[in-house]
Amino acid sequence: MQFKSLVLSNTEVSPGYFRMRMTVPAQLSAARPGQFVMVRVRDAIDPLLRRPFGIYDVLILEPDFDGGSPQTCLDILYKVVGKGTETLSTMHHGDHLDVLAPLGNGFDLGKPGEEKILVGGGVGLAPLYFLAKELVKTDCVHLFVGGRTRDDILCITEFERLGIETYVSTDDGTLGEQGLVTEVLEKELTRRKGKASIFACGPHPMLKAVAALAERHGIPCQVSLEAYMACGVGACLGCVVPGKEHTEEAPDFRCVCKDGPVFDFQELQWK
Amino acid sequence: MNRPDTSVEIAGIKLRNPVMTASGTFGYGQEFAEYMDLEKIGAIITKGLSLRPKAGNRTPRIVETKGGMLNAIGLQNVGVDAFIREKAPYLRTINTPVIANIYGNSLDEYRQVAHLLDTVPEVAGMEVNISCPNVKEGGIVFGTDPKAAFEVVRQVREATIKPVIVKLSPNVTDIVAMARACADAGADALSLINTLTGMAIDLQKRRPVLANVTGGLSGPAIKPVALRMVWQVSRAIELPIIGIGGIMTATDALEFLLAGATAVQVGTANFLDPAASQKVAEGIEHYLAENGIADVKELIGALRV
Repeated sequence: MQFKSLVLSNTEVSPGYFRMRMTVPAQLSAARPGQFVMVRVRDAIDPLLRRPFGIYDVLILEPDFDGGSPQTCLDILYKVVGKGTETLSTMHHGDHLDVLAPLGNGFDLGKPGEEKILVGGGVGLAPLYFLAKELVKTDCVHLFVGGRTRDDILCITEFERLGIETYVSTDDGTLGEQGLVTEVLEKELTRRKGKASIFACGPHPMLKAVAALAERHGIPCQVSLEAYMACGVGACLGCVVPGKEHTEEAPDFRCVCKDGPVFDFQELQWK
Repeated sequence: MNRPDTSVEIAGIKLRNPVMTASGTFGYGQEFAEYMDLEKIGAIITKGLSLRPKAGNRTPRIVETKGGMLNAIGLQNVGVDAFIREKAPYLRTINTPVIANIYGNSLDEYRQVAHLLDTVPEVAGMEVNISCPNVKEGGIVFGTDPKAAFEVVRQVREATIKPVIVKLSPNVTDIVAMARACADAGADALSLINTLTGMAIDLQKRRPVLANVTGGLSGPAIKPVALRMVWQVSRAIELPIIGIGGIMTATDALEFLLAGATAVQVGTANFLDPAASQKVAEGIEHYLAENGIADVKELIGALRV
């Protein structure tokens, strides 16, 4: 659906990273982890297009006065990378945004009771928190999170508050283990050999490495992709990724916005 | 005052208002049903259809630029057979004319696609794309040479009894010569403009942003160019014109009517606001009512120069 949101807060949680809370219609409480929103930052032609953001959390705020009604809110976590996110970062409580949500397909939560491994890189952590909140109700959840430096490791205390065991790694060793998140993940997978499934979101090279690990260890794995997109509703075809059987002659392109953003890693071509 | 008459007619296709959706920005219509009333616009123009399914270009395929965007999708589409099988049945349920945008890699392919769609009842007419800047083999070759344009339009004209609209490229020196060639070959209407060829560069990487290197520029940035071309063609050629290029609001659309367009297409704006086409149509009606104009047709070509 399309609606106007009121910005409630917009906080820099780490240098260059912001968390924004906005009001949304009550129907959004049915949004599923992995779904995303398209935000029109300003009613202007620069920035022109909407920007996609994973849903970090959906929550219902109780009224702060008698007779008030509860307000459904949605949080996004974003990194300032260009004009759109830069403009977004200057918004304050009381500003309005035009939003399309919820978009795309969410994660398949899998069998309750099974162990769940979340793997996030940088701002790719965003949809994993919303997912974690659901999973911890029935499952044992572990989080592997990586970034270039410690400033790229976001919001892990919130995951820890859910009782999730977290493994942190940074390229420069300023927080957690030094190295790639997938190296830490591989060590753990090799050590435990147990049944588990993976949910990953982050930069493409990380997802590719996670998919390779899932393949090698025979573990189910869903990945949530990021892509440039103009519309978010399956019309512009800007955000496509090749499906496993895709060839020039028999095209099988999937829209990240409409068919994803969450895919079983085995549906996609990782070449 | 009575409600103003917003209806127009293009090549025998009756439109409740002059607002259509530009090919490639509106999928096959159904994608937008959740966000707007498809029966509040004049016509739906589908994503370009080719004889066989087409993969399109590698990504990145789109990038935003100042006041616009570049795309190099490469005409990815399901192919004409899948369109008839999977997309047309939904469109049948919508009481709005559907115009199929078509293209081919050769004269023969254009002809075959037109022939296949000729008997599809959901298709009210065809818009022939001779102007895609993003595919090597077809499209633009026919869109920049009047002789080649004449030939492709003649082939399509022979393959169908449905109205034939030809979508022109702005990437030419003389748009009027192109328009005249299409008119001579039997086109019923012209739509213009398609995107302007452009490129974007990533300074950091010293690489083009788009995998295809160049792409087609659309959005508000191209409106002045589009207005000028619509105006030039409308003065020189008798055919009805569908104006396209950076239309975001009813004001933009009305300017195109003044320049000589009988109808307009909303394109890039559909990406920013999935209900944009409906809002433009409503805005036109509002403008007419506000200004005591009984019939939108009074505005067509009413520019005072």
